[in-house]
Order: sequence, then C-alpha cells, then structure tokens
Amino acid sequence: MSDYSSKRGGVSRRNLLQGMAVTAAAVSGVTPAMAQRARQKVEAERTASGTYQPKALTDHEYRTLQKLADWIIPAGANTQGALKAGAADWIDLMSSESEEMLGIYTGGIFWLDAAMRRMHGKNFANATEADQRELLDLIAYRKNESPELGPGIRFFAWARKMVVDAYYTSPAGIQELGYLGNKAVSKFDVPPECMDYAIKHSPA
Amino acid sequence: MFQIQRASPVYDVVVIGSGAGGGTVTQVLTNMGVSVALLEAGPMLNPAKDLKEHMWPYEVSHRGAGPGGAAYFGRDPYPFGYFAASFGDWKLDGEPYTVAPGSKFDWFRSRILGGRTNHYGRFSFRFSDYDFKPYSRDGLGTDWPISYDDIAPYYSKAEAFIGVTGTKENIRSTPDGVFQTPPPPRVHEALVKRACDKLNIPCIPNRMAVITHATNGRPACHYCGQCGRGCMTASNYASSYVQVIPALKTGRLKLFTNAMARELISNDEGRVTAVSYIDKETRQERMIRCRTVVLAASACESARLLLNSKSSRFPNGLANGSGMVGRNLTDSVGYDLGARIPALEGMPKYNSDGMGGMHMFVPWWNWEKMGLDFPRGYHIEIGGGFGMPEWGDFHDVCDHHEGYGAGLMDAIQKDYGVWAGLSGRGEMIPNDRTYCEIDPDVVDRYGIPVLRFHFAWSDYEYKQVNHMHETFRSILETMGGVVDGPKHLEDPTKAISVGGTIIHEVGTTRMGASPSTSVLNKYSQAHDVKNLFVADGGAFVSNPDKNPTLTICALAWRAAEYLAEEMRKGNV
Repeated sequence: MSDYSSKRGGVSRRNLLQGMAVTAAAVSGVTPAMAQRARQKVEAERTASGTYQPKALTDHEYRTLQKLADWIIPAGANTQGALKAGAADWIDLMSSESEEMLGIYTGGIFWLDAAMRRMHGKNFANATEADQRELLDLIAYRKNESPELGPGIRFFAWARKMVVDAYYTSPAGIQELGYLGNKAVSKFDVPPECMDYAIKHSPA
Repeated sequence: MFQIQRASPVYDVVVIGSGAGGGTVTQVLTNMGVSVALLEAGPMLNPAKDLKEHMWPYEVSHRGAGPGGAAYFGRDPYPFGYFAASFGDWKLDGEPYTVAPGSKFDWFRSRILGGRTNHYGRFSFRFSDYDFKPYSRDGLGTDWPISYDDIAPYYSKAEAFIGVTGTKENIRSTPDGVFQTPPPPRVHEALVKRACDKLNIPCIPNRMAVITHATNGRPACHYCGQCGRGCMTASNYASSYVQVIPALKTGRLKLFTNAMARELISNDEGRVTAVSYIDKETRQERMIRCRTVVLAASACESARLLLNSKSSRFPNGLANGSGMVGRNLTDSVGYDLGARIPALEGMPKYNSDGMGGMHMFVPWWNWEKMGLDFPRGYHIEIGGGFGMPEWGDFHDVCDHHEGYGAGLMDAIQKDYGVWAGLSGRGEMIPNDRTYCEIDPDVVDRYGIPVLRFHFAWSDYEYKQVNHMHETFRSILETMGGVVDGPKHLEDPTKAISVGGTIIHEVGTTRMGASPSTSVLNKYSQAHDVKNLFVADGGAFVSNPDKNPTLTICALAWRAAEYLAEEMRKGNV
C-alpha cells in the first residue's frame, strides 16, 4: 500500500499482460507485445513542478486556483496533496476546452478577490492564511447562504468537487485512498483479517 | 441506385447483427461448414486498440469527465463511464427513435462488432421450467411453444462454450448448468449472505460469463474487475472476441462492418432473396443476395427491419401476418437500494476487484409461495467494494460533508468502500400498452423510418418493486446497514426504472405454436417466411427475471442447428 510511488508508471497494461498465459493470443488475437504497442500514450501526470503553463486561466487566476486546491486537499503525512497532484492544472485544461467551465473559474476567482478586498484590502492569493481561512469558512457551507455570499458558496462547491475529482483520480489520491487493484492476479482471495474484522463488527 | 452486380455471390446465410444472437449463429454455422455473411451496423472491434482495460483515470486528459468537463454540466458523453466498452449510447447521432406521448422509454444501442455484449453485465442464469409455461401457471401472459427440456441441451452447449461460473444448488427458479469454479465472496457479499441466511433467503455464487480456467485457447480470468471495459484476453464472453473474430479464421465468414440493414427483399413466393443495406462509409445502398436470413439486430431493431420490409404480399411488414411484430415488448423491472455498512468502516483495505461483477447473488426464492400480491419473481444483484476511483465518485460526500481540508479528506476516506447496494431485476408481464411501431413521420439519416415506442408498467410490476424495497431494507438492516432511502416506498411508480433502461428489451417477434398469434415457430423460424429466422431477444415469449443473454445464445444455437439441418434437407 505504501510503495505506490515505486509502482507509479510501472503498473501498466503491458506489465499486467506480461504476467499472463501466452495463450492470450490464441483466440483474442492480442499478444502482450501488441497490447504494449496499442496502449494509448497519454501525457504523464503533470505535477506542480513549475512546468505546467496555464492554457486558459491568467497567471493570477491559476495561482489563486492553486491556493484553493491546497486548501481543499492539503499536503500531509499521507499525501503530497492536490496542488502537487496537479489539480489546478487539470481544471485549467478543462477550462481551456469549455467556455462554460472557464466562466465558472474566472467569475468565481473574480468574486473571491473582490470579497477578500472588501474584507482585508487584498486579492485572495495575497491575503494571509488566517484571512483566507476566514473567507473559506464562510463559503464552504450552505448554511451561510445569503445574497452576499451565495455566488461564493456556489463557486466553492464547484472548486471543491473538481479538486476532489482531480486529486482522487491522480496517483497520489489513489494511493492515499488505498485502492489496491487494477492488476492481474491468478487467484482472487480475501485476506482473512478483512473478513474477520467485518464479521466481528457486524450484528451477531 | 442499387449497387448490385449480377455476378454477386449468393450467401447461404446472411446474419444481420453481431451481438449474442448473431455471434452465436455465426459461430455455430461456420463451425458446421456453412458459409456466412455477417452484417454489423458499426465498425470492427480491435480489442488491443479499442478496449480501455487497465487504464488508470489519469491516463486520459479529462479523467472521464469528457472534453471540457462535459459531465459536470450533465452532458456525460459516456453512458457507463469513459472506460466502458459500450460503443453506443441512449441517443445516436442521426439515428433517432421517438417515444409516444405519455410513455417513457430509453433504448440503448451499441454500434460495434459484438454490440452490447462487449460491455454487458455477463450474468448468466437459466430460465426455470416454469418460466416457459407462465400462462399455465398463473393465467397471465402466454406459454412458450418449447419447454425447459427442449432448451436445456443448448444451455449446456452455450455454457460450455462461452464459460460460466457457478455451483450446483438445486434451486428450481434458477436451474444448475455447466459451471466453472466461481471466485469466493468479497467481504460485503459475505455480509449479505450472512443476512440472507438469517432471513431464509438463498444467496449463492454468481453465474457469470467469465472463465476461471483456460478454455478453448482463452486464458483464465485475471480478476481485474473490469469486465465492463471488455476483455483483451477474451476471458469473459463477448460475441466479438469469443465468437466472431475466431469465426473469421475459419475462412467461411464474410464480415460487412458499417453495414446498416435497411430492408429485406422478398419474392412472389414469399421468400427473402436479398438484404438491402447502407454502407455507412460510402453512404451507398447495396444489396447482398442470400438463401436464408437470420435477423439478430436486437429485438427492437429486428422488428423495425421487418416492419420496414413491406411488399404487396406483405403489406404489414415481412413475417407479420399475425400483427405481432413489435408487440409484446418488455424490459426488466429495476429497483436499487443502498446502505452504509458500519461494520466495514475501518476495515483494512484489500484488492476487491475480482470478476467484473458480483461474486454472489440472490436467485428468486418465492416461486412456490402463494399469497404475494404480485405474480412474478425477481433476483437480487449485489454491489460494493473498493472500486478504482473514478470521476464523480465523491460528489455526494462533498455535498453532504461540505467544508475542506483534513475533515473533508477524512469523510472521503470513511466513505470509500463502506457501501453495499442491492439491485432487483424482475419479470415484467407483456401488456397491450407496451410495443414499438414505425413512426410515420420520422426517418433516420439513411432515410429509414424509425421506431416509436409505447411503454407502460402495470400494478404487477409496481407491487413487485414494493416487495423489492421491503426485502432489500430487511437484508441491509440485518447487516447493520444505514439505509439510504425511506422506510417504505410511498410511490413505486416513481421508484421503478424507466422502461428500456435495464436493456433487457425482448418479445417483439415472439415465437408460438400458432401463426395467428406469433411471428416465429418453436425453432425461431418465421411462420410466414420459411427462410427467415430471428436469433435475438425478439423471439422471447416472456421476460423472466433472468438476464436474457444466455437464453439468447441458447435459442440462437438451437435455431442455427435447425437451420443447417433444414438447408441440408433442402427445406429452406
């Protein structure tokens, strides 16, 4: 579970198929080598190592979104967090393909900056951590709904679910969650300690 | 306009559609030495290139949400997720269908070699002896012209060939078959079984079209849990890679892809002589000559083709002397209920992928109990486990928990893998208000008149849904679960699935003893047109609570053997 990073990029369709019977080709016509060639080459997971250039958001908007990603899924003992996992990059990429999506983020970040300027005279990204937390604690909950906060609450709901999606579908998020599958195994087994735990905690 | 050459070959058999029925007919006939031409309305499937098995969500730039995050705006371009091998949708560009006012119906079509078998659930249950005689049993619906004993040998052949897991159980509703060893239950499935044991409800290993030991050159399942994405090693059943692609190697199969059948051409003697189709790539209409035709385009698509094949001899459509083409349409009843299972909270994680579907299920158990307020049964499917995280999996947690940071992450972690879901799949009884017909006002982009659907559930189905809810709740609560739903269903008409969405539509060219009330005879041969057979779910007389694909395969196998024998005798 903890050695995911060593597997990252290593658990591929190619490796999975290599472990399997060579008769794979007999009926399906698929050999491991073919599968390897056929594998769709996609861009490797981009991390916030400074190499990503926003395609749709301005530098300021992108930096603000990175801050939000960091608040929503921060780095901690078990994870590098959503910022390093590239959540802002992914949202920018989606925004570059959709005016509707771009509008949500440009408008939302504009609102966030305006609200922070009214409270503390600064844009969101330049405010202190305490000031940022103060505003987020208002817009992260529907119970604070009001004509003033409504747009911010709705924007934060967008940012939250998209950062969550980006993170939990990234290698870091999958590792933190503890998903252990997507591999070829010759036998399906349930570890006895799992079964015992569940039965012990079930009604008699 | 027709591109027909005088020298064009006459095929012994033209099969229309490459799903479970067409794939089985193609496999059986080519193995018997018969030459077959197979028309598929979609493109070829190249498993190595087209299937997304083993892809991680981060290997696609949009993570499954579609370009521009389309799914966030309710425009999900992938009806069963980006990675599924569905190659189709509820709506297809340029190929509409209509729904009559007052009806709700959704029709799923997959345009690809293998059709819907590439992604289907693969649950493979035999019909019971009593399923073939529903009218004799409760006075509703119509008896089949065949009995369980007629089809049982073909169930065995189909199971042995495609490979089905299971165990001997001697449960009358769901007869035993030729089975491969099933994998053991996952944790949540074991908990469901414990609850069922307390409630005297059977819960048994699943019967799934997955091979657990090497079979006919296909390697055993590797338990990645992704059957819905199609299987690159052909370790589960799809007609594409288990039947049609191997049949190509016999040299007796001529495959026409992107070939959308338009009309069956018949002569004055009432025999089909040719199939007219649109080559989608060139948008040309072409004809292919045939000795016999097997329709396997899916129940509704086959009915459409017959209704669109009108002539002076067949003014109501081909093989429709009974007026039954398009009638008796049914889908399965669907109802789902889930619960958070506290016993799973904090359990160590494990790889719960397994087969791409439940390892345990509940067959119908009340078949002899009188006193229910509805006539027909249902089976229960079980969901749960630690799935590969996908787009949207935690939207509900975000919505309920709100907030951000460590608290939100904790809530997500606590939610992951602690749910169990139960799905009922029940029998619908054919009724007069449920059928498909040609819409006189609408054609598709190839100029072919389209189907108009009428659909209505009845009290038989609504009451069954009530029973499902009460049963599911008692199972989930016996597990200690916190049910995500009401104590009792207030309005089953709102809880029941929309017609067509379980994708078990059958009955539109039903078989029967009498040409005046049925389209096909007991060998799936048209009463009115001797060289025409139907090998899809259209032949069904009823729609028992067992997913239709295995029975489609068995009936198709039987029809193919009969057809070959009749051809040998010179009768067709």
